Amino acid sequence: MARWPWWLSGAIAILLIASATLMPLLAMIREAGSIQWTEVLGNTYIQRVIRFSIVQATISTVLSLATAIPVALALSHKPGFPGRSLVVTVFSLSLVIPTIVAIFGIVAVFGRTGWFNAALSVFSFAPMGFYGLPGILIAHVFFNMPLATRILLSGLEGIPEDNWRLCRQLGMQPWSIFRHIEWHRIKARLPGLALLIFTLCFTSFAIVMTLGGGPRSTTIEVAIYQSLRFDFDIQMAVALASIQLLICLALMALSTLIRHDGTLGFHLFMPAHTPHPGHLHNDLKSRLWDGPMWNAAHWSVIVTASLFVLLPLLAMALSAFNSKTIAVLTDPSTLLASINTLLVALVAATLSVTLALGILNSTRHMRTRLGLERTGQWVQLSGNVILVLPPLVLGTGLFLLLRTVADVFSLALVLVVIINSLMALPFVLRILNDEVMNAASHDDRLLQSLGIQGWNRWRLIDWPQLRRPLSLSFALSATLAAGDLSAIALFGSERVRTLPLLLYQRMGSYRLEEAAVTAGMLLALCLLLYVVIQWLLGGRRHAAT
Amino acid sequence: MLQLEQVLISLGKRHWEFDLTLQTHGVHALLGRSGSGKSTFLNLVAGFMQPDSGDIRWQGQSLLALAPDRRPVTTLFQQKNLFNHLTVEQNIGLGIHPGLKLSKTEARSITEVLDDVGLQGFERKLPGTLSGGEQQRVALARCLLRRRPILLLDEPFSALDTVTRQEMIMLLSDVIAAYRPCVVMVTHDEEDAVAMQASILRMSDDRILPDTESRPATDD
Repeated sequence: MARWPWWLSGAIAILLIASATLMPLLAMIREAGSIQWTEVLGNTYIQRVIRFSIVQATISTVLSLATAIPVALALSHKPGFPGRSLVVTVFSLSLVIPTIVAIFGIVAVFGRTGWFNAALSVFSFAPMGFYGLPGILIAHVFFNMPLATRILLSGLEGIPEDNWRLCRQLGMQPWSIFRHIEWHRIKARLPGLALLIFTLCFTSFAIVMTLGGGPRSTTIEVAIYQSLRFDFDIQMAVALASIQLLICLALMALSTLIRHDGTLGFHLFMPAHTPHPGHLHNDLKSRLWDGPMWNAAHWSVIVTASLFVLLPLLAMALSAFNSKTIAVLTDPSTLLASINTLLVALVAATLSVTLALGILNSTRHMRTRLGLERTGQWVQLSGNVILVLPPLVLGTGLFLLLRTVADVFSLALVLVVIINSLMALPFVLRILNDEVMNAASHDDRLLQSLGIQGWNRWRLIDWPQLRRPLSLSFALSATLAAGDLSAIALFGSERVRTLPLLLYQRMGSYRLEEAAVTAGMLLALCLLLYVVIQWLLGGRRHAAT
Repeated sequence: MLQLEQVLISLGKRHWEFDLTLQTHGVHALLGRSGSGKSTFLNLVAGFMQPDSGDIRWQGQSLLALAPDRRPVTTLFQQKNLFNHLTVEQNIGLGIHPGLKLSKTEARSITEVLDDVGLQGFERKLPGTLSGGEQQRVALARCLLRRRPILLLDEPFSALDTVTRQEMIMLLSDVIAAYRPCVVMVTHDEEDAVAMQASILRMSDDRILPDTESRPATDD
């Protein structure tokens, strides 16, 4: 049988990625040529949108980090309490729960008629305003505080046990420990973490669209959507998309200047395999912050943060069972949207994982056998194109490219699949890369000497070693695609909807009971995809870990 | 005979020149400091690296155009010899067919070779359940089944304790006496070379020199 050249899989993957991104980009650049840029930059609406995008992302970043630091410290100081791993797991959940589902829960707790305002009214306080900037900030902190906490906590847990012994021996006080040991760990992660959260909030779409509450609270992403879907002002959409593209490029360039700690990776999705710290370790740490004052401070921080994350999820789960539950579950439009969601999730995940494997198969050869480490890494970067070309910008380009040759909205599902597979690709590459390279560096000379390659290599060596990270990548990309609102909001219609779009429409028309059931369905579907895919692909043993 | 004819290779700023002939049946120990180029020599013979110029020949035939698995060479690495997710039987079977498609006779030969290395009944075990010495024996069993005339040993005892090392040296000596391959062993430890009754070669000034005090390799 003829052997496939090592570069073929990577070349095909990159060609597919390039055609899905460069052609839309070229269509956008061509359209941008006819824009009067001095007018655009002088437009007060655009100026306000850019200003608001930056302001809300900056405040969200500061709030997320300011809340995450005490939570991470409290969890680090309390290493052995029962339920700690549950709290940490719940903090990871916010990474995979569909944004629109969490928003529904956040509204139920912090909205005008939510639990929080009900509690305030008991004490005769005025209700808190929600829609607009406050709602956006609460939702951004809901998603990013747990993310930042987990990253900072992994840094704090990396402090060697010997350091804690030394602290005890030297009689160091808590403030001194924070200043000389803990802050050092936190400080190293802050620049990268801040940039990551800023980028996530800056390109945030579903939160701003749902909770923004009008033109005063619009970000660039939402403004692009409004220009294309409501105003049909293509020049405005292209102008905004170009500005968004430039800012994302600048953020990407900035991120290369920051020394990224490995802990900023997507390994946080992987089940933890670090050995559980022993009793002595826990005892040693706990005694450093002994006393009722420290106990009260730690517990109040941990309980408040846990309630902040848990209550919206609880509210959403409880409201899913109401008088409309049966009607919504048997409604043909819900069923059709569920089938579409499942279809988008599975096809996008397949595409994303196949593209990643194609790229990694070639770059593995470049890095291990040809010694082209740097070139291999650059080739791998092609999979991160979505980081500079956010979904709404890519969507604008695809819309411009296809509008003259086809009915764009009839291609909705295809376009949603393409955008979602590219959105998941950086995650998939990040998860698979380490495992693929570890296996390659471990076995490469042995594989060469025994002549194991092609299908034999995949069947006997790669698949058994990679099935767990592969199943995780597949499950994660399917879950992200199932919960995505951005692409389907742009291309969806009454005829073609997924569950996130249906949920958004039901929330928008104040059919809240139906929305609650839809949110419950979407959450159940995502969790089911996440668990079942890992169980089927990763094997029973892996799903249990 | 294994011949390296004016083989030149450069890696970064380091350059090596290998020009020597090794007898068809004999044990040759290559001694030298870390980074002196011992592994580069093995990588060239095994086909993991290609020289910048010169030729590598076995019985007069050039090996340069051959992929590592097509060369008359089998290698016992210092470690990482086994795939941890495959059983002992499968790890050895890969030496016979890279897709593990084995005939009944071939499957039987695995049991026989396991007997030869003193690991009867280990067929279904996973490498993780074996000691370091047992893992090296499994790897040696695979080398034996491949029946290649050149056996490369890349510091095969360095990860073993003293007792296991002695056992492994005795086993290897027996195996070499029975199969009579051309053995090239890279080692830091001169005692290992002496115990294996090897002719000693030393890496010096980026080339290999025969050790004048050691016993010359004989072709009997």
